[in-house]
Amino acid sequence: MVMEYNPKIPTLRPYIDPDNQGFWDGVREHRLVIQKCKDCGLVIHRPRPMCPRCLSTEREWTPSMGKGVIYAYVNVIYQNAGYPGIKAPYSVVVVEITEGVRILANLYDIEPEGVRIGTPVEICFDDIADDLTLPKFKRLNS
Amino acid sequence: MAIDSIKDKAAIVGIGVVDFSTDIGRTEWYTACQAIKLAAEEAGVNIDDIDGMVKSVDDGPDPTYTGKGLGIDNLLYHSENHWGTSAMMNAVHAVAGGLCNYCVYYQTAHRASGPEKCISDFLVAREFRDDSLDMVRYDYFSPFGLIGEPGYVAMMYRRYMHETGIKPEQLGWVPIVASENAARNTNAIFFDKSITIDDYMQSKLIADPIRELDCAPKVDGSIAIVITTPERAKALKQEPVIINSVASGYALEGQNYTSYTRDVITDLPEMENMAKELYRVGGMGPKDIKVAMLDDTFAPYVPMQLEALGFCGKGEAPAFIEGGDKIRVGGQLPVNPDGGEIGQGRFITTRIVEAVRQIRGTSTNQVANTDTVLVASGAGGPADGMICRKE
Repeated sequence: MVMEYNPKIPTLRPYIDPDNQGFWDGVREHRLVIQKCKDCGLVIHRPRPMCPRCLSTEREWTPSMGKGVIYAYVNVIYQNAGYPGIKAPYSVVVVEITEGVRILANLYDIEPEGVRIGTPVEICFDDIADDLTLPKFKRLNS
Repeated sequence: MAIDSIKDKAAIVGIGVVDFSTDIGRTEWYTACQAIKLAAEEAGVNIDDIDGMVKSVDDGPDPTYTGKGLGIDNLLYHSENHWGTSAMMNAVHAVAGGLCNYCVYYQTAHRASGPEKCISDFLVAREFRDDSLDMVRYDYFSPFGLIGEPGYVAMMYRRYMHETGIKPEQLGWVPIVASENAARNTNAIFFDKSITIDDYMQSKLIADPIRELDCAPKVDGSIAIVITTPERAKALKQEPVIINSVASGYALEGQNYTSYTRDVITDLPEMENMAKELYRVGGMGPKDIKVAMLDDTFAPYVPMQLEALGFCGKGEAPAFIEGGDKIRVGGQLPVNPDGGEIGQGRFITTRIVEAVRQIRGTSTNQVANTDTVLVASGAGGPADGMICRKE
């Protein structure tokens, strides 16, 4: 475990609404699903009301393989530059998954000093509280 | 493409700057009124003749308070814009379109000591005293502990490092030159003396790769600017600074500081779009600009803007800033001769003030023969800017 949470300071919750509920429902069930336009097939993240390409409001949740590479990352070093409920240092990564969208999350098994752009990773899920599961990424095939 | 109706149709005729501080000891209401009073006096406009007021919705008391404080009995135009200095567009359109005659743009923000504004009710927002946190729009980041602007910008900068190969030893020249310029600027309260590359390299990494010295410090301040038409300006006290063009910029998949889903995240396409429009309307190009007032809220945006605004080619900015010679006064393109926000504190309207002073020839760090200045704001999000010129 490379993330250390302070149970006294609850992790910030996502604001779940009718546009993004499918994504967070999937995360709770340990499945990564991505919004897809039923009309033109565009895969979109983050979830939104309509397809930005064809403006269709017909949406579905398509399962993702959950594999990708680290596209960018930040190592929060100074506690006040991060969240007080997560012990610094910790990493936040943007991962470009093979379906072509980018997902922001934390890492499961890579320490901050070992993070590199281009590292292949795959999705995993961390039940960090009774009512909160977050997607994380770990080294591919680890 | 918009119509060209605003070209050279408005002018800045007065500026009012309340001394900056980290503990100003007065209300925002007080310093907003004070700045407007100073600006009107400098312009030679009676307070009663002010018939337009604009500001950013993010900062300071709105016109009902400032108008009340100043005894203003009627406004033909009032408007609050969002993001950067984009309310300047409202002022320009208002006077150029004849909606009002003397419009005041003002920014008042006591970020170092003052009231927290626009803040969510989350504990962490209070902890950070950061008025830019919006937990609803940023909730794809905040559960993962990416919270607050240094972290948001660090993500973009990491990718920029990867794409351009820029090294800390190169980016460091942005705060170094800012410190040199601030040390010359008697109004700048940070940096009594300039820093060195060693100082920069020892600066604390707060959200790696962002260092403490990459971030503009919080400050208390208040600035007002009087805008009217060039015709009316002839009867006033100051030599007018003509607003040659004003524009905003927007681009696909944008979100303040966090546009991580667009194809290329390091191009500042909002700035590119803004610049195209500024140059087109103004009939100018990057080579016509003598001084660049760039958004240095976070240092990595400076090289990104140099590329986006056409001052150098893609990927050339790291070499452009290295050593500082090209961006110092006397160099190819002096950037923020007042010390910028890194040197004066986080306060966007300082850029407009320095643009005015450069064109008037009254800067503390004057660039010889400045007749055009480009002002850019909103790096990493919806952009806005203007080209100012000598009459």
